[in-house]
Amino acid sequence: MTLPHENNTPPAPGASGVAVHCRGVTKTYGSGGAKVTALRGIDLDVRPGELMMLVGPSGCGKTTLISVIAGILDRDAGDCTVFGHDFSRMSQRDKTRYRGETIGFVFQAFNLLPTLTAAENVAIPLLINGAARSAALAKAKDLLAQVGLGDRTAAMPSQLSGGQQQRVAIARALVHGPRLIVCDEPTSALDHETGHRVMEMLKQVALRNDRALVIVTHDARIFEFADRIAKMDDGRVVKVSEGQD
Amino acid sequence: MNRIALQMLVGDKLKYLSLVAGLAFAALLVTQQSSIFTGYALRVASWVRDTDHAADLWVMDPQAEFTEANKPMLDTALNRVRSVQGVAWAMPIHKGYVKARLPDGTLATVRVIGIDDATLIGAPPQMVEGELSDLRRDRAVFMNADDAAKNLLLKRAAPPRPLRVGDSFSINDHEVTIVGSYRATPEFFWEPVFYTTYSRAIAIAPQERKKLSFVLVKVRPGEERAAVARRIADVTGLKVLTGREFAWETTDYILQKTGILVNFGLTIGLGFIIGALIAAQTLYTFVLENLRHFAAIKAMGATNATIVRMVLLQVAVAGVIGYGIGLGAACLTGALFGRHGLAFEMPWQIPVLGAVAILFCCVAAALFSLGRVLRLEPGIVFKA
Repeated sequence: MTLPHENNTPPAPGASGVAVHCRGVTKTYGSGGAKVTALRGIDLDVRPGELMMLVGPSGCGKTTLISVIAGILDRDAGDCTVFGHDFSRMSQRDKTRYRGETIGFVFQAFNLLPTLTAAENVAIPLLINGAARSAALAKAKDLLAQVGLGDRTAAMPSQLSGGQQQRVAIARALVHGPRLIVCDEPTSALDHETGHRVMEMLKQVALRNDRALVIVTHDARIFEFADRIAKMDDGRVVKVSEGQD
Repeated sequence: MNRIALQMLVGDKLKYLSLVAGLAFAALLVTQQSSIFTGYALRVASWVRDTDHAADLWVMDPQAEFTEANKPMLDTALNRVRSVQGVAWAMPIHKGYVKARLPDGTLATVRVIGIDDATLIGAPPQMVEGELSDLRRDRAVFMNADDAAKNLLLKRAAPPRPLRVGDSFSINDHEVTIVGSYRATPEFFWEPVFYTTYSRAIAIAPQERKKLSFVLVKVRPGEERAAVARRIADVTGLKVLTGREFAWETTDYILQKTGILVNFGLTIGLGFIIGALIAAQTLYTFVLENLRHFAAIKAMGATNATIVRMVLLQVAVAGVIGYGIGLGAACLTGALFGRHGLAFEMPWQIPVLGAVAILFCCVAAALFSLGRVLRLEPGIVFKA
């Protein structure tokens, strides 16, 4: 399989050594009277090996920003690259493939397919990328073991607790070896203790020198896990601080 | 991803069963009703098919539209036909409706078919009791073995019993004796049929000037059938048809006059529409309920083509299973009720028609749902 960035879209200049590089990113929804500006010129860098948290009040643009970073939404203006690759310069197909190979997702509502086992859910990104089923399931079981669910590979999501489901979702986000993990409120559906354990596990399993984590959260109880925290308000990054500063 | 699509499909058993049931219902109605319609359509002219094997042409009054039309010709027409060049032989047939009084006094309307006394051409296809030559015995008639139990029950006898070989009764006040029974292809028309010789049939028939219903014609070897038919028509002014043409004309007449075509067409059409609607609605609901999962799969890197393939596979599998169940149920209906007189014929065209109908249902259902999936923004997965 040839990655789109290998021969089609060369890395954008000036972005080497940065996992996510955003400059002046804007995004507006709707038009006329219903126009809502969600991002008003975002400047943000996320470094490889870093866990960056995006925090801020509801409606400040956090989810829009990670959607733009992940290539799910197109920005209106500005520059945004992921490991030097600009989604706006890719075709829809290449964008989808690059996202599938480079980015892992952890969703607030887990979004596990209820009719698949834990292992099958984890294997989905590999299957999307064309892996053989048996190999994908073997890899999925390895990942489930890493997140402490080696004995629940055959369980259905309905048979797992919220914390276990989120661990399955984390294993799914990691299984295909993405270089960027995007998490949307990963602990909001969990109690404090479970959320804490999930974050510990996420940091331990997911963080590597060549991989970055971007986590959107309201949950101040998990700020301690961040390397840096970008505070957003009204579509802007108003402050970037180190750890719990 | 195909397996995931199938697991998504069968995972919600209620939705899956609803989808399959909708398609099965459509397949059942389309194939079963088409088969019953075909059965009736074939039965309309089964007498022609049963009688046609020896002859090449049927000659009748120009106004005769179907087998039961009471539009007889003058007896002289037989010799006029025989005189036409290219005719090897021509045999008379009388067919008429008359009153009969059964041995127990029960009154019934019956059909009497008279065939050539000498050659017995036009005789029923298969004797059950007695010999064909028995028809030449005094007052002899043959009865349809299948009619005996259903339409010729002696209800006033003690105990009630079916009419049987050896019984004597009167047809239009003429005493007759059943000397044999035969089996024929079931007919659309329900009045019991008695075969006898032509001379006896016209003696039994009510007095009228014209009693010759049809003339069966064999074309001389080496003569072209169409040319002989044209010649007979030109010389006699009568209508001349091949057995196939006469069967088709009879079927067409009955379908036009009785509204059977419209009734069956409506049932088939409604079954198809209801099946398509159930399938489309169920699949649409299924897709709607899975939008979030499709969005997650899209966010994780699945292309629209992959999602389309997944939905098409889901609907195709449901379609094949639904079609199989529906067709199987239709065949079962035919096997079970065919024995009890249900007109049920399923030529290969009907399963093909059913498959096309179900394919249409599936395509409609898929198109209805795919629009939502293709317009789906993967960003919805970020909403709780």
